[in-house]
Amino acid sequence: MTSITPAQAELISPAEVEDVELYHPKTWVTKYVFSQDAKVIAIQYSCTAIGIGLVALVLSWLIRLQLGFPDSFDFISPSDYYQFITMHGMIMVIYLLTALFLGGFGNYLIPLMVGARDMVFPYVNMLSYWIYLLAVLVLVASWFVPGGPTGAGWTLYPPQAILSGTPGSDAGIILMLVSLALFIIGFTMGGLNYVTTVLQARTRGMTLMRMPLTIWGIFTATVLALLAFPALFVAAVMMTLDSMLGTSFFMPSIVEMNEYLEYGGGSPILFQHLFWFFGHPEVYIVALPAFGIVSDLLSVHSRRHIFGYRMMVWAIVGIGALSFVVWAHHMYVSGMNPWFGFFFATTTLIIAVPTAIKVYNWTLTLWHGNIRLTLPMLFALAFIVTFLNGGITGLFLGNVVVDVPLSDTMFVVAHFHMVMGVAPILVIFGAIYHWFPLITGRMMNQAMGQFHFWVTFIGAYVIFLPIHYLGFLGVPRRYFEMGDTSFIPESVASLNAFVTVAALIVGFAQLVFMYNLFWSASKGKVAERNPWQATTLEWQTPEMPPAHGNFGETLPVVYRWAYEYGAPGYDEDFVPQNQPPIGASAETGGDGVPDGAAQPAK
Amino acid sequence: MSQSALTETANTLAPDGLQGVVADWSSDQRAFKRVPWGKAMIWIFLLSDTFIFTCFLLSYMMVRMSTTVPWPNTSEIFALSFGGEPIPLILIAIMTFILISSSGTMAMAVMFGYRQDRVKSAILMLVTAAFGATFVGMQVFEWTKLIVEEGVRPWGNPFGASQFGSVFFMITGFHGFHVSVGVVFLIITARKVWRGDFDTNRRGYFTSRKGDYGAVEIMGLYWHFVDLVWVFIFAVFYLW
Repeated sequence: MTSITPAQAELISPAEVEDVELYHPKTWVTKYVFSQDAKVIAIQYSCTAIGIGLVALVLSWLIRLQLGFPDSFDFISPSDYYQFITMHGMIMVIYLLTALFLGGFGNYLIPLMVGARDMVFPYVNMLSYWIYLLAVLVLVASWFVPGGPTGAGWTLYPPQAILSGTPGSDAGIILMLVSLALFIIGFTMGGLNYVTTVLQARTRGMTLMRMPLTIWGIFTATVLALLAFPALFVAAVMMTLDSMLGTSFFMPSIVEMNEYLEYGGGSPILFQHLFWFFGHPEVYIVALPAFGIVSDLLSVHSRRHIFGYRMMVWAIVGIGALSFVVWAHHMYVSGMNPWFGFFFATTTLIIAVPTAIKVYNWTLTLWHGNIRLTLPMLFALAFIVTFLNGGITGLFLGNVVVDVPLSDTMFVVAHFHMVMGVAPILVIFGAIYHWFPLITGRMMNQAMGQFHFWVTFIGAYVIFLPIHYLGFLGVPRRYFEMGDTSFIPESVASLNAFVTVAALIVGFAQLVFMYNLFWSASKGKVAERNPWQATTLEWQTPEMPPAHGNFGETLPVVYRWAYEYGAPGYDEDFVPQNQPPIGASAETGGDGVPDGAAQPAK
Repeated sequence: MSQSALTETANTLAPDGLQGVVADWSSDQRAFKRVPWGKAMIWIFLLSDTFIFTCFLLSYMMVRMSTTVPWPNTSEIFALSFGGEPIPLILIAIMTFILISSSGTMAMAVMFGYRQDRVKSAILMLVTAAFGATFVGMQVFEWTKLIVEEGVRPWGNPFGASQFGSVFFMITGFHGFHVSVGVVFLIITARKVWRGDFDTNRRGYFTSRKGDYGAVEIMGLYWHFVDLVWVFIFAVFYLW
C-alpha cells in the first residue's frame, strides 16, 4: 500500500516552508463578514450559492407549471417562460453548481484535507467571494431593469440573443454578460488559490498520490475552470460589444422587421465555438468534484479502501484533458464539416473509457465492503446509478447520426439533467450530510434526511425517464406550448402534467432539506468526534468544528494514504492518515493523534 | 514563504533531469521545489491569461475569415508621414521597441532586487513603468489619430471590413489595460522596494502579510508576459 513502514517513518522530510503567520481577525466584521478564513468563505459561498439556487428551483416549478398545464396560468407569458428557462439554466450550472463545488467544498476541504492552515493567499480568497456575490447581485438585478432578464436560452446564442425579438435584449443580456465576466474574475481569484494550495502547501508526508480523491477532483476541476472560463470571458466581452457598441463579431447581415440591421460579416458559429470550448469542460468542472467526493463517501461508508486509487486519479486527470477536445459535439447541427463531426464523436466516445473505469472502481469498492447505509452512502449509491443512466444516454447523443434527430428535443434535456443536474446534486446532498457534523458539530436529522433522499431519488427518475420518452416522440425543447402540432400525440399532454406534479413533489422535498439544515444546525444531535470514523485529515483536527488555523499548534504529519480501512494490527477498522505506523514515534507532538483514533494494538 | 535552510537535505537527495521532475512531483509538500507560493500562483494566472489572449486572437482570425468585405491594409493605416514620405508601421515599431526595452530594465530590476540593492531595483522598476506609460501614451495617440482623423469606429471604418475597428479597439484596448495595470503595480512595488518594506518586514496594507524580494520577480513575470503577448499581437494583427 501507499503507507510506510516504521523504519521509513524516520525519513519523513522536514518542513520545507516555515509555518505562515495567519491573519488574526480582531473584530466581528473581520471574523464573520470580511473573513479571510477559508472555512468562513466556504460557508459564505455555499449559502449564497444555495440561496440563488432556490431562485432557480422556483423557476423550474414555473417552467413545469407551464409545460404541464398550458393555457392555465395567466402570469406566465411566452416571454416570461423564456426568461425562466434561461435564468434557471444559467443559475444552476454556473452560480449554483460551480460555485458550490469549488467555492464551497473547495474552500472548506482543500486546506483541511491537505493539512494546510488556510489557502495560500487568504486575502485574494476573500475578494473572490465578494466578487462572486457582486456577480450574483448583478444577475438578480436583471429582473428589475426594463425588459427583464434575458430570454436567450442559457447558451445565449447570437444573433437571437441580442435581437429585439428576444426578451431582455435591451438590458437583460448585458447584465447577464457582465455578471458572467464578474463571476469569472472572482472565480479566477479563488481558483488560483485552490490550485496553488494543492500544489505547494501540503503538509509533511502528504504526497499528491496520498491526497483524498475529493481533493484530486476539486483540483483538476479548478485547473479546467482556469483554462475554460477564458473562452467564456472573451465571448462575453465580444457579445457585450456587439450589443452595446454595434460591432459585428457574432452578427452576420440580418433582416429584422423588414429592415436590414447595421450588422454584417460576423460569425455566429464563432460564439458557439467559444461558448462550448468553455461549456464542455464546464460539465466536468461540475462532475469531477462530484466524482472525487463520491469516491470518498463510498470508501468511508463501506469501510473499504477505494478500489484502484491510482487508476481513479489518472481517470480524473484523463477526463479533464479529454474534456478540452470534445466541445463541438454540442454543435453537430450547426453546420460543420463532416470530418469534424467524425473527430469530435470519436473523442467524445473515448471519454467513456476513463468514466467507465471510475464506475467499475466505485462498484468494486463496495465489493466485500462493510456497507453502512447512512444518508451520505444512500446518496453516493444513488449517484452511481444516476450517473450511469445519464452517461449512457450521452453515448447516443455523442454519435452524429443519432444526435441529429434527437438534437433540440426533450431527450437532450433529460440527458443533461440526469448527468449534470441530478447526479452532481445527489453528491452535493451526500456531501452535505457527510460534512455537516464537521462544519456545525451536529448531525443532520435522520428522519427528514431519509424522506428527502427517497423522494428525491425516486422522484428524479419519475420526472426524467418520461422526458426521455417525450424526446423520442419528437417533442422539442424550449417550446412555450405545443398547440396543435400534428406529430405530437395527445398523451404527451397528460405525461407532461404527470411530470409537473412529480417535479412539484420533489421540489417540496428540497424545502424539507432546507428546513433540516436550519433545524439540525441548532437542534440536531451533537456529533461525536469523527462520527463516520474517517481517515482523512479534516476529521483529525484538535477541535471540531475546526478552529482558525485548522490544526492547533503543530501541523499534522501524514504517514499513509487516505484509505486505510481494515488494516491488520489495529484495534479499529480505520487508521487516520496522520497516525504513525506501529512502532514508530509520532513526530507531531501534542495534537497529532486525535481522540477516538485507532490506537496500535498491544 | 521564505526558504528554510532545513530544506537543503531534502532537496539534495533529488536526482537530476526527468527523474528529478518525477521525484519532485511524487514528493510531499510542494510539487515545484523552491518555488514560493506567489511565483507558482502568477505562473498559473499567466497560463489562464494566455488562454484569454489566445481566444481573442483566434476570434480575430475567425472574423477576418468570415467577413466578405476586404480587410484593410494595416501597413497603410498605421503609417506616419515624415517629410511627406509615409513610413509603414513606424509608430508600432517604436512602441514594440519601447516595450521590449522595458522587459530588459525589468529583468535588471529583478536581479538588483534579489541582491537587495534597493535603490537600483526601485529606479529600474520606475524606468520600466515609464517605458510602459510611454507605450500606453503612444497607444492613446494612435487611437486618437484613428478615431479623430481617420474616422475609425468599433462598428465601422472607411477602409473596409467593420471588424477591423472592432478587433483593433478590443485587442489593443485589452492589452493596453494590462500594461496600465502593470504600470500601477510597478509603481507600488517600486515604492515598497525603495522604502525597504522587504527588509523591515513591513506588512502589506491590505493583506497584512510580510513580503520579500520575490515580489519584484512576480512583477517581472507579469511584465514579460504582457510584453510577449504584444509580440503576438504585433505579428498577427499588424504585420498580417
